[in-house]
Amino acid sequence: MSAFLDIAIDDKRHGERAVLRGLRLGVARGEIVSLVGASGCGKSTLLSIVAGLDTGHRGALRLDGRPLVGPSADVGLVFQAPRLFPWLTVAQNIMFGASAGKADLARAAALLEEVGLTGYGDALPKQLSGGQAQWVAIARGLYLEPRVLLLDEPFSAVDAFTRMRLQDLLAAAARQRGLTVLLVTHDIDEALYLSDRVILMDSMPGPVRAEFAVDAPWPRERAALALSPLKPAILDSLHAAHAF
Amino acid sequence: MEQPTIALDVPAPAAPARRRLTAGFPLGLLLPVLALLGVELGVRAGLAPANLMSPPSSVLEALSWLFDNGLGAHVGASALRVASGFAIGALLALGLGALVALNRTAERLFDPSFQALRAIPSLAWVPLLLLWFGIDETPKVILIAIGAFFPVYMGVVAGIRGVDRSLIEVGLLYRLSPLALARRVLLPAAMPSVLTGLRNDLSLAWMFMVAAELIAASRGLGYLLTDGRETGRADIMLAAIVLLALLGKLSDSAMGAVERRTLAWRDSLSERDKR
Repeated sequence: MSAFLDIAIDDKRHGERAVLRGLRLGVARGEIVSLVGASGCGKSTLLSIVAGLDTGHRGALRLDGRPLVGPSADVGLVFQAPRLFPWLTVAQNIMFGASAGKADLARAAALLEEVGLTGYGDALPKQLSGGQAQWVAIARGLYLEPRVLLLDEPFSAVDAFTRMRLQDLLAAAARQRGLTVLLVTHDIDEALYLSDRVILMDSMPGPVRAEFAVDAPWPRERAALALSPLKPAILDSLHAAHAF
Repeated sequence: MEQPTIALDVPAPAAPARRRLTAGFPLGLLLPVLALLGVELGVRAGLAPANLMSPPSSVLEALSWLFDNGLGAHVGASALRVASGFAIGALLALGLGALVALNRTAERLFDPSFQALRAIPSLAWVPLLLLWFGIDETPKVILIAIGAFFPVYMGVVAGIRGVDRSLIEVGLLYRLSPLALARRVLLPAAMPSVLTGLRNDLSLAWMFMVAAELIAASRGLGYLLTDGRETGRADIMLAAIVLLALLGKLSDSAMGAVERRTLAWRDSLSERDKR
């Protein structure tokens, strides 16, 4: 039986350079999967392909048995930087993907309330901190109620304390909604804390090198995960995969 | 437990006191006021001939005389020419600039010609415009429109082409049609550049208005300059120059206010200074 999100990329090139080759990845419904690997191994390219922004590849994507071609309302993407539209208010940014006449201010306000940003709907992006802006970007990703949420190093630019808080908010939001999540990260602790499975991608042209199941119940203990034998195992594989 | 305290022998900051002295005094007025005073005293002391360099008091008298003798008609005629030329040039530039920036075929069709036309000094059109349209209002408005066209055109094209690709990707992610992408992402993102073009445009429009009126007009501030030269009235010429400065500053301030209001979302250094 095929997975809920079924990714098969035979070949993806940037010019002459192969970025991804022979990649097979299945993600179950409601599963949170982290992708780790050295910079340039094709993780972000993979997310762009699944989001439908990058189309020049050979291969096939299926979501719930149906072909996934181009951008889809079923798939949300949160970029590394918030990428908020500076001329729109926070609420307008969250509702950006809604077609004309279908924007629901109450739902945007509810998403803001979920993360303690109540009353920020009319604020402009320039009035937000980095962490707040990134949550607004995640809220924009959640607003259309996608079935799959892709996140490309979403917390890499925020301080450690804010990062932990955003990780908790994301975990709660995803588990509550039964979202299927594909998260690209460089932070092994983050991958262990958030995911059901950690996928290690090989150096270019990046197929899957190893998989690690994180079998820990929710709510999770950061300290316990940091001390689990999984962390050194992932780090060892990472070093082996990207040794020059 | 008693906390140890550290006393630092720091002198009181002097900067705020100094700032208080100059705060509220419009420093920018200092040089013009001194210059006017110098001219007034210089002419009165016979250091400069009054028929060539009218003192500010004579210029004020000339302004008052003009005010009673049809100044409104002159200002009105000039302002109307600027407004219509600016509106025609800027509107055409907004439309064509957006088209060229958004459509490859339009770019290949129009842009080379516009770039070639841009290289022609606008005043070079004057004799031809006079030949084609006579000395009526039409050549003046067309000349102002030609001069006003290019700054906005360049601003719109550069603004749209310079839009951050990462924002365009967000638009594509949400499956915006090309038209919606232009309306919701490209044009708002290009607004700073467009408004800079419009503001430059407006000052150029005043410049071209004077050029047009110097050549052939029976009304307007440019006409007052010509008239002043022909009758040897430096005071009239200086009065016209003062009026041009005032009107130019007024329209620029109005455009600046529109710019600040429209671009209140910007997180630039100048916006931060205002907070």
